[in-house]
Amino acid sequence: MSGNDSTATQQSVVDDLYAESVHWHLNTGEETIHAKRMGGYWRKIKWLSAAVWIIFFIGPYFQWGERQAILFDIPNRQFHILGITVLPQDFWMLSLTLLFFALLLAVATALAGRVYCGFFCFQTVWTDVFTWLEDRLEGPPQKRRKLDEAPMSFSKARIKLTKHFLWLVVSVLTGISFVAWFYDAFDLWRDLFTIQASPVAYGTIALFTAGTYVLAGYMREQACFWLCPYARIQGVMIDKTTVVPAYDFHRGEPRGRIKKGQPEEERTTGDCVDCKMCIAVCPTGVDIRHGQQEGCIMCALCIDACDEVMEKVGRPTGLIRYESYESLETNTKPKPLYKRPRVWIYTAIMSLAVLGIVYGLTSLAPLELKAIHDRQPLFVLQSDGSIQNKYTLKILNKLTEDIPVTISAEGPEGLIMVDEQLVTTARHGKVTPRTVFLRVQKELLTAETIPVKFTVKGELDGQQLQGSRNSVFIGPKR
Amino acid sequence: MADNNPYPGENNTGHVWDDNLRELTNPPPRWWMLAFWASVIWWAVYGVLYPMWPVGHESNKGVMGWTQMDEYKKGVDEVEAVRAEFETQIKGMSAADILAAPGLSQYAVASAKVLFGDNCAACHGGGGQGGPGYPVLADDDWLYGGGIDTIQQTISMGRKGIMTAHGKILSDAEIGSLAKAIEAGDPTSDPNFTQKGCIACHGMDGKGMAVLGSANLTDGIYRFSPAEGESLLDSIVYTIKYGVNDATEPKSREAVMPAFGERLSDDDIKKLAVYVHKFGGGQ
Repeated sequence: MSGNDSTATQQSVVDDLYAESVHWHLNTGEETIHAKRMGGYWRKIKWLSAAVWIIFFIGPYFQWGERQAILFDIPNRQFHILGITVLPQDFWMLSLTLLFFALLLAVATALAGRVYCGFFCFQTVWTDVFTWLEDRLEGPPQKRRKLDEAPMSFSKARIKLTKHFLWLVVSVLTGISFVAWFYDAFDLWRDLFTIQASPVAYGTIALFTAGTYVLAGYMREQACFWLCPYARIQGVMIDKTTVVPAYDFHRGEPRGRIKKGQPEEERTTGDCVDCKMCIAVCPTGVDIRHGQQEGCIMCALCIDACDEVMEKVGRPTGLIRYESYESLETNTKPKPLYKRPRVWIYTAIMSLAVLGIVYGLTSLAPLELKAIHDRQPLFVLQSDGSIQNKYTLKILNKLTEDIPVTISAEGPEGLIMVDEQLVTTARHGKVTPRTVFLRVQKELLTAETIPVKFTVKGELDGQQLQGSRNSVFIGPKR
Repeated sequence: MADNNPYPGENNTGHVWDDNLRELTNPPPRWWMLAFWASVIWWAVYGVLYPMWPVGHESNKGVMGWTQMDEYKKGVDEVEAVRAEFETQIKGMSAADILAAPGLSQYAVASAKVLFGDNCAACHGGGGQGGPGYPVLADDDWLYGGGIDTIQQTISMGRKGIMTAHGKILSDAEIGSLAKAIEAGDPTSDPNFTQKGCIACHGMDGKGMAVLGSANLTDGIYRFSPAEGESLLDSIVYTIKYGVNDATEPKSREAVMPAFGERLSDDDIKKLAVYVHKFGGGQ
C-alpha cells in the first residue's frame, strides 16, 4: 500500500536527519577553539577591513573649529557632525541612515554572503585581535592547548596574566573610545583621571570593558552561534546565486590522503587531501566541506589555508573558493549582477535613502518655526469688533549663539499682529516659545478659516536668517 | 512512550513519540547556563536589598530601606527646590511687577496652569473661553476692568453684580425696542435708554461703568451669551425682564464669581491674575 510506502519514506528521512546530526558536533562552549593563524590573500584583506575600526578609536580626537568634529551631545540634545548640527527635530534622517545600512547589509549579503560577519563585525574583529595577542604570547594552537592543560607554574601564570592584562587594556580603551563620541574626548581623559567624570560615563566604560573582555576573550564564536540575531538574519538572505566561500565537492570528492609514490594519473581520489587545514584555521571551528552552515561567518580564511596546501601538493588552487552553489552544482557561470532584480531593488531603496539624507543635510535651516493655534477658544470677539486668534509659536534656533528675532504674519486683509515690533531672544540650540495674537476686523473676514503665514527673522554676522510656518486664522461660522 | 528504548546507547531520556521522535539530554550552551545562574543570584540579591518577599500582609523592608513614598517625596522636593527660587521672588512682588518681569511671568503662567484647571476652568473653560452663563476671560471686554490689579481683586474678593428686573417696570414693547437697539450695538438710539434710567448704570453712552461692573452694551460682546436654540434678541429681552441676581425675581439670572481669597494663597492668586491677564485681553 502507498500509505505504508510514504510512512517508510518519512521514517527514512527522519533517520537520515538523526544520522546526519551525529556529524554536527555542536560546541556549546565547553571547547575552546584554538584556530591556527596563517598568512594569505584573504588574511590581508581581513586586516585591511578590520582597520576601519581604527576610526572608532581615533575619531573623537579630531576637531572642527572650536569643538569635537563628531560629538553626540546627549545632555544638550545636539549632534555635531563636522560643520553640521543636528537636533532631535532632524532625527528622521537617522531613520534613513539606519535604512541605508540595513539595505547595505542586505545587498552585501545577497551578493557575497556574510561579508559583514567575516570582515567588519566588531565581534569578529575584536576576537581576531584578542586571539592574535594570545597567539603572540602563548604560541600556536598545539602550544596553547598544552599550556591550558599544564599545571600552574610561574611561567604559565606570567603568560596568562600578561594576556589578560593586555585584553583588559584593549577592553578599557574600547570603553573609553565609545564614551568619547558622547563626551568631549580630551575632557573625558582629564575627568577620568581626576575622578570627575559622570557616573554614567564610568558605568558605560565599565559595561563596555566587561562586554569586550567577556565577548572577545571568552564567548568568541559562541556569540555568533547562539547570541547574534544578525548571524541568523544574514543566513536567510543568502540564496543559491550568492557567492560564498564554498568547497568544490565535484573536484574534491572522494577525499583521500596522498599515497606516497603513486603517480598523479593513477589517483582515484579527488583533489581534497583531507589535511583538515580548513578546519584548523577556522575561527568558529566548522568544517566548510559540509557546505554552508550557521557557524560559518564567511571570513574566507579556509580559502587561504586550502590554497597554500594545494600549491604545496601541486594541485590547482581554488578547491575552496568564492563561488555560488548554483554554479558549483551545475558547473555554470554565475548570472551577471544586473540580471538579478534583488540588486536593482536594494540599490533603488538605498539611493532613495541617500537622496533623503543629502536633501535633509543641505536643507537644514538654522531657524525653524512651529505655530500652534490655540484651541480653547479658537477665537474671541474683542470690544473693538475685531476677532482675535491666539497662537503659540515655537522658535527653534540651531545656531550656537542666541539671536534676537522678530515675528511677522501675512494673511487676510486688515490683519494686525499685536506687539509686532517685539524682539524675542531665540536661545541657541533650544526652542523658545512666544505667544502671538492676531486680529482682523470681523467684517473683513471672508471665510471661517483663512490661511496665514508666520515668518521669523533674525540676523547673525550680517547674514539674514529666516524660517516660516503656515497656520490658519479662524473666525465665527458664516 | 516505548517500554523498551529503541535507541539504546543514545543520550535520550527514554521519551519517544511517533516511533522515532525523542527527547535528548544535550546540555544548553554554557554561556546560557552562566547567564541563568547569574540572574538567579541577581534575583536573590535584589530580594535582600529591596522589598520583594511577602512577610505576613506586608513585604520585607529590604536592607537599602527603599520605599516608593520616599522616592516620590524626593522627587517632589527636587521640584520644590527648582520652584523655590521663583516662589521667594513672587512673595515680595505685586502681580503687576510679576507681569512686567519676563522670566517670572513665564514661570507664573506655567505654574498657574494647574491652578486654573483646578479652580477656574469648570466655569471659565480650560482656555478662558467661557460658556453660556459664564464670562469669557480671553477677550478684552471686562465688566470691572482688565487691569492686572483688578483681576487680582476679582479673584480674591469675588464679584456679584446686580441688575434690577425690569419686567414689572417696563412694558413688553419698551423692552423689545430697547433690546433691538442693544442688539444693533446702539442703545442710545432708543429714547427709552435715557428716559427709563438705563443710563444710571450703563452710562450716557451705553458703554458701562467699570466701578459698578455694568456691561458695555455697544460692543456686541454679551455677559450672557444665548443658550442653545435661543436667539440673541431673546437673550437680551430675558436679561432686561428678569435682571441679574435680583433677589425679588425668582427667574433672575444668576452670576456670582466666588471669592478665592480664603481658598488660595496670595501668591497663587497673583500667579492666576498674571495667567488670566495673559489670555489675551489683559489691559
